[in-house]
Amino acid sequence: MNRTPVKLFVLLGIGVAVILAFFVSPLASSEPDGLERVAIDQGFESQAAEHHFASGPLADYGVAGVSNPSVSTGLSGIIGVALCFFLAAGLILAIRWVRRRSAVAVG
Amino acid sequence: MHIPDGFISAPVSLIGGVVAAGLIVVSVRKAAATLDDRQIPLAGLVAAFIFAVQMLNFPVVGGTSGHLLGGLLAAVLVGPWVGSLAMSVVFIVQALVFADGGLTALGLNIILMGYTTCFVGYGIFLLIRKVLPRNKSSVVAASAIAAWGGVVAASSVFTFYYAIGGTGGAPLGTVAVAMIGVHMLIGIGEAVITGLTVGAVMATRPDLVYGARDLRPALTLAAPAGTAS
Repeated sequence: MNRTPVKLFVLLGIGVAVILAFFVSPLASSEPDGLERVAIDQGFESQAAEHHFASGPLADYGVAGVSNPSVSTGLSGIIGVALCFFLAAGLILAIRWVRRRSAVAVG
Repeated sequence: MHIPDGFISAPVSLIGGVVAAGLIVVSVRKAAATLDDRQIPLAGLVAAFIFAVQMLNFPVVGGTSGHLLGGLLAAVLVGPWVGSLAMSVVFIVQALVFADGGLTALGLNIILMGYTTCFVGYGIFLLIRKVLPRNKSSVVAASAIAAWGGVVAASSVFTFYYAIGGTGGAPLGTVAVAMIGVHMLIGIGEAVITGLTVGAVMATRPDLVYGARDLRPALTLAAPAGTAS
């Protein structure tokens, strides 16, 4: 059986994530989600405070200064995909590194 | 289902933050005990993929949308400990960079959408796997059903939050019915996306699927014999 190498598998996966984040996310529904719908219907929506970073450069999945809404959403998606990949992989790498060091210290 | 600041009282949000931090410490310790090198890029991939798919709100009934939560998907692919860490990374990035999900509510969101879907979902997954035959299709079917269960469990956890710290004075009973009801529908989307994704990975590299580890010896033995599968 010809197995896809892990590196290629991860690259393919990231490719799918990038395509979804850039090309598909601008088509996503902008209707309120389940919790927002319940909050509106049950009358506690107004309790929501404005987000501390509501005016940040990537707030609400858009890149500040990019006027085309699809490109703005898509680019913010790619930035998020990259951030999540490197932070999660970095976290696991750090856990692995600390474990190796402590194993050496004990042994 | 990202909770903004203000829906749940400050004390309950604070407790949520402390509990979430404690859970992350437990995940780090448990993950450290079982890590292998392949999990480094795979954890990154899971976080990146779930971030991307969480952007894809799909319409459900009555002007309402839903999106993948993804904890069960993460748990089946990389295990619940590494999976819950990948999920936590996604919610931290969303809250700090994309202003999605309140800062004081971050702990509540990590417990609700990360740990609940990861661990309740994975518990359901293991139970269903015990009942179904030991094969690839069962892994996909169990993932889909458990993904639905994880979303419904998360909506129940929100109801619990609202019971102990909800603002705005909405009656608990109607919040519970509305919240769990709409997420029983949104969960169908979660089940479809999770089933398709697990199916695609099972078709490419089944040996990388944590939730299908028990199939590995059978797969290597069956291949040379040319057994139809």
